[in-house]
Amino acid sequence: MTPLNLFLLLSALLFSIGLAGALTRRNAILVLIGIELMLNAANINLIAFWRFGPNPEALTGVMFAIFSISVAAAEAAVGLAIILAVYRHNKTTNLNQIDTLKG
Amino acid sequence: MSTNLLALLPELVLTITGVLVMVLEPVIPAGKSRKPLGWLAILGSLLSGLAAFYQLQIVNAQGTLTAFYSTIQIDPFSIFFHLLIAAVVLVTLLGSLDYFESPITHAGEYFALVLFGAVGMMFMTSSVELLMVFIGLEISSISTYILAGFRKGRATASESSIKYFLLGSFATAFFLYGVALIYGATGSTSIGPIAAGLAITRTPTMAILAVAMVLIGLGFKVSAAPFHVWTPDVYQGAPAPVVGLMSTAPKAAAFAVLLRFLFNGTPMLHGHWILLIEILAVASMCLGNLGALKQHDVKRLLAYSSIAHAGYLLVAFTGTHQNAVAGACFYTATYAAMNVGAFLVLSQLSGFSERIRSIEDFTGLALKRPGMSALLGFFLLSLIGIPFTGGFFGKFYVFSGALQNGHVWLGIVGLANSGVACFYYLRLLAAIYSRPTSDSVAYIPVRKVTAPAAVALAATALATLGLGILPNKLVHLVERATPTTTAAVAVQPTQQ
Amino acid sequence: MQTHYIWQYIPLVLQILVALAMAGGMVAASFFIGKHKRTKVKLGAYECGMDPVGDARGRFSVKFYMVAMLFILFDVEAVFIMPWAVIYRQLHTITGQRLFGFWEMVVYLGFVAVGLFYVWKKGILDWTNTSSRGDL
Repeated sequence: MTPLNLFLLLSALLFSIGLAGALTRRNAILVLIGIELMLNAANINLIAFWRFGPNPEALTGVMFAIFSISVAAAEAAVGLAIILAVYRHNKTTNLNQIDTLKG
Repeated sequence: MSTNLLALLPELVLTITGVLVMVLEPVIPAGKSRKPLGWLAILGSLLSGLAAFYQLQIVNAQGTLTAFYSTIQIDPFSIFFHLLIAAVVLVTLLGSLDYFESPITHAGEYFALVLFGAVGMMFMTSSVELLMVFIGLEISSISTYILAGFRKGRATASESSIKYFLLGSFATAFFLYGVALIYGATGSTSIGPIAAGLAITRTPTMAILAVAMVLIGLGFKVSAAPFHVWTPDVYQGAPAPVVGLMSTAPKAAAFAVLLRFLFNGTPMLHGHWILLIEILAVASMCLGNLGALKQHDVKRLLAYSSIAHAGYLLVAFTGTHQNAVAGACFYTATYAAMNVGAFLVLSQLSGFSERIRSIEDFTGLALKRPGMSALLGFFLLSLIGIPFTGGFFGKFYVFSGALQNGHVWLGIVGLANSGVACFYYLRLLAAIYSRPTSDSVAYIPVRKVTAPAAVALAATALATLGLGILPNKLVHLVERATPTTTAAVAVQPTQQ
Repeated sequence: MQTHYIWQYIPLVLQILVALAMAGGMVAASFFIGKHKRTKVKLGAYECGMDPVGDARGRFSVKFYMVAMLFILFDVEAVFIMPWAVIYRQLHTITGQRLFGFWEMVVYLGFVAVGLFYVWKKGILDWTNTSSRGDL
């Protein structure tokens, strides 16, 4: 197995773990952690493809990863603020109990 | 002016006004009205629309502009979406100027966030580099996450916000993973080199997987079924003017990205993604219209209708490249006009507190608010697709494009769905024009329609009517909007 | 002689082992040799610590979260300075203008400064002000 395949396997596993976490967890913060895992799996892919790709002089993968890390941080900050706002109203972050909106 | 700055002029204007609004917001003492900030934002969006118009003149004279090492491409396609987004933002700002009942302290943030969101959406449409698309997508998404929860005092607002946030970032992760895979398969993240790289890639399966994941990510953003579950909840809890904005402008931007990515970036995989698009289109049309049938809350009803309209729009993608772009552009424009109009009427009727919500509350509205009822009725008729409204020609273009390309059954499904859609739109319309029950309209407070809101309503109504009577004007613009893949061998700025 | 590169780490491993043995040995020696008198002062927090009060799972002021979130944002913004600094000396050949890269970074830091100004004016950095306007 080449190193690239190992990295892709790692990132696929990380993505699947994050996906499972985001879909099964009921706590909003744990769902957010799952989503962050998925984003970081994509970052591993970007770096691995850059390192083992045909054109590592163009730093496309690295730049993409840097931007996605910072964007993910901004997203996490906004998300935590929203979760705090939800907690103030509902006194819980359990998504099953936040269900006033329905048709 | 350098080409780089010229290519970014509309975004630049919006960014500068947005930052100005943001800086002035905390400087104005608490309790003072934030209206001047709203006017500043309106001025900014107006100037940005003019800047896009200026770009159109330049592009007409000199041809397509590229800037920032071929990451930004200004062609009639991106200018069309710039104009559309600027118009939607302008109308939304006009309509929400008097939306806040009391001068709440953070109204300035509302105007700044709308402007920042528009910057992101414009970036999405003009960029031919997936990195820029990703950043634009996030700028617009993060702004709308916050805007969705803007009625802070209410539990529904924060619930709407968190649902939008969690599912939106979930979709972002899929999009990013898809982009990473396409980078691996083709060695590039620019639209032109992706197309070139796909021709010689040794891992076509990975490229197909990548396209599917990008489709999932953007499918969430345009609320196409089966990725639509967030839509009704979010639209129900978010403020009405914001729903008008976020059901049209970010979706238009996401559709623009899809058009560029699928037709210019991955034409080699047309046979694969067309199947996925068909599935998404049929599922969105059917689930959207059937879901709307049993809704009582008017905003939820319009949310399901928006899912169905995303389905109609996806039908446009089954045409030839030129038909797809023309049909999708025309449909986004008409849908923006009528949907923003409908939500503006809702926000004017029920105000910040949104006390009238369900169809029962609307019973007999025509007696109390004849003008508003007529406007809402007009927008509903256009959403159905009655002739002499923009909605009719939108559907006509989309379905004729699909039929010409041999997708007969898709056209039949679409027309059947339009029939189903009549039921729920007409149910609301019938309620408005029926005799009021004893307590339905009695307690509806009559809010005075202020001049800016009246201008916004008139603009959307005229646009809907104009697109229905004189569609040729727009058709000429959109039919030459088909973006070409310039910079097929774009120079990567090699560093070091 | 060409040996596997992993053998170069042998001194490092030895050093870690010695360090662990020293630290563990001293604690163990004082445990076995010394006398154990448990007075209140000895069991209390050492020097600059404070007496533990209440439950460790108690609730923090929301200001901690605000500061943490702001820290994440301003921390990550610094990441863009790094690639800029790496390439700064070649920037004038890429862009064709001498100070283009410099002004780009000034504009970027200007945006960061605007964000800081906003946070400051909203009163979120003001720790003592309980009725801060910058509520969530």
